[in-house]
Amino acid sequence: MKRSLFAAAFAASALAAAGAWAITPAEVKIEDGTVAESLTGTPGDPANGRKVFANRKKGNCLACHANSDMAEMLFHGEIGPSLDGVAERYEPEQLRALLVNSKSVFPDTIMPGFFVDSATLNRVMPKFQGKTILTAQEVEDVLAYLLTLK
Amino acid sequence: MKKTLMATALATIGAASALMADPADIPLVIEGEEMISSVKAPDYIPGLDTAYSGWLFRSEETQALEIDDFENPGMPAVDYGLELWSTADGSEGKSCADCHGDISEMAGVRTTMPKVNENGELWAMEEYINNCRVNRMGAEAWKRIKSPEMLAMTAAIGLQSRGMPMNVAIDGPAEPFWKLGEELYYTRVGQLNMSCANCHEDNYGNMIRADHLSQGQINGFPTYRLKWGGLGSIHRRFKGCMKNIRAEPYKPGGPEFLALELYVASRGNGLSVETPAVRN
Ligand code: HEC
Ligand code: HEC
Repeated sequence: MKRSLFAAAFAASALAAAGAWAITPAEVKIEDGTVAESLTGTPGDPANGRKVFANRKKGNCLACHANSDMAEMLFHGEIGPSLDGVAERYEPEQLRALLVNSKSVFPDTIMPGFFVDSATLNRVMPKFQGKTILTAQEVEDVLAYLLTLK
Repeated sequence: MKKTLMATALATIGAASALMADPADIPLVIEGEEMISSVKAPDYIPGLDTAYSGWLFRSEETQALEIDDFENPGMPAVDYGLELWSTADGSEGKSCADCHGDISEMAGVRTTMPKVNENGELWAMEEYINNCRVNRMGAEAWKRIKSPEMLAMTAAIGLQSRGMPMNVAIDGPAEPFWKLGEELYYTRVGQLNMSCANCHEDNYGNMIRADHLSQGQINGFPTYRLKWGGLGSIHRRFKGCMKNIRAEPYKPGGPEFLALELYVASRGNGLSVETPAVRN
């Protein structure tokens, strides 16, 4: 009994480390504009989150938001507010909800939801169907990075 | 917690709309002729007060290329179009000039495209051109997006209307097409879940990374795009914007893009035709 429990726990953390922890967008509980629990159980990595934030094929957050912490990069967008000091303005649970599905916080926003079920969207290109813009772990990583913006 | 969230949200919205800036109102003068590059938007476009040419949003270097025909990199294609105008083709051995006379007879045509034909279908310039080719000349249809001949001909015909205000009809038989176009314009699509309006109505004047967002007006098409290294059509541009938001584009020349073309054209009714415009 003890052994199998251990084995199960081990298997679960191995899966999570491999990024194969299979939470689906539909399983994420958004309540009152917050997501209380980590999507993966693995703490976010702010260094990777910083990369995902800037990467045009991933978060591409810089397309819309200025961020003084990335002063070395050219062309910060002006569609959304500057993210300087954003960790002071929101609780982590709110930021997680905003990343998972921005419309749960700002109903009519242009900001994409990064962990949304593609079946709820219109005319998604076939190669992106069944996929989310970010993986669950990338959401946690970006969140960890945002929490450093004080 | 909820209260602070609401407060931040409100502050944010205020900040975001304060950012939205109208472009500097500098005159667009092409070869000595002043264009209408900003005009009061039509009443049936409640989301816009003023319609602005995309030229106003481009860098000085790009702007300079459009005001001088010798600098305009789209002009060689126009010359090719002029040549094709009087070149016989197809089983009937006729050229466009044989039926229509000088290409200057086409002045004004671009301002009303797309429009409903006598059979009640919505046609853009490309459909009219291919109809002449297939049914009057016995020639092959030109491909809508890829054919250099189609781009050259639409550019040469468009240039005949340069300076004239866009004036597409949206009522009568055009109304159902316009309504469909309007619906498509505001429908969010793709993995990024955005509509045309999210970028071109709510955020024109803002930078999206390195791009200065315009209103997405089509009065300058076909447009020479530095990124394309050549002329491109309206439907190619629509397709590109849809792919950028990871949406499955509609078919070029299909009913959705034709309806969207009519609707987008109507958002710029009153702006001068600028064909061939130059963009980055
Ligand atoms: C296409 C534009 C766009 C993209 C891409 C985008 N956002 Fe946003 N974001 C917005 C807008 C606009 C708002 C303001 C809410 C509103 O009014 O719609 C916002 C709000 C926010 C806020 C709240 C800021 C505040 O001070 O209230 C955070 C945090 C945020 N975004 C983070 C991100 C992160 C992280 C990414 C990438 C993973 C991202 N955004 C990508 C447009 C965008
Ligand atoms: C994510 C933002 C975004 C969305 C959504 C979007 N576009 Fe664009 N569009 C751009 C950018 C960036 C450009 C290049 C700069 C400019 O002219 O605005 C552009 C350019 C254009 C142009 C060329 C304008 C000119 O002056 O040559 C047209 C036309 C256009 N878009 C139409 C559309 C239509 C129609 C849709 C919806 C199917 C759409 N766009 C959706 C970002 C977007």
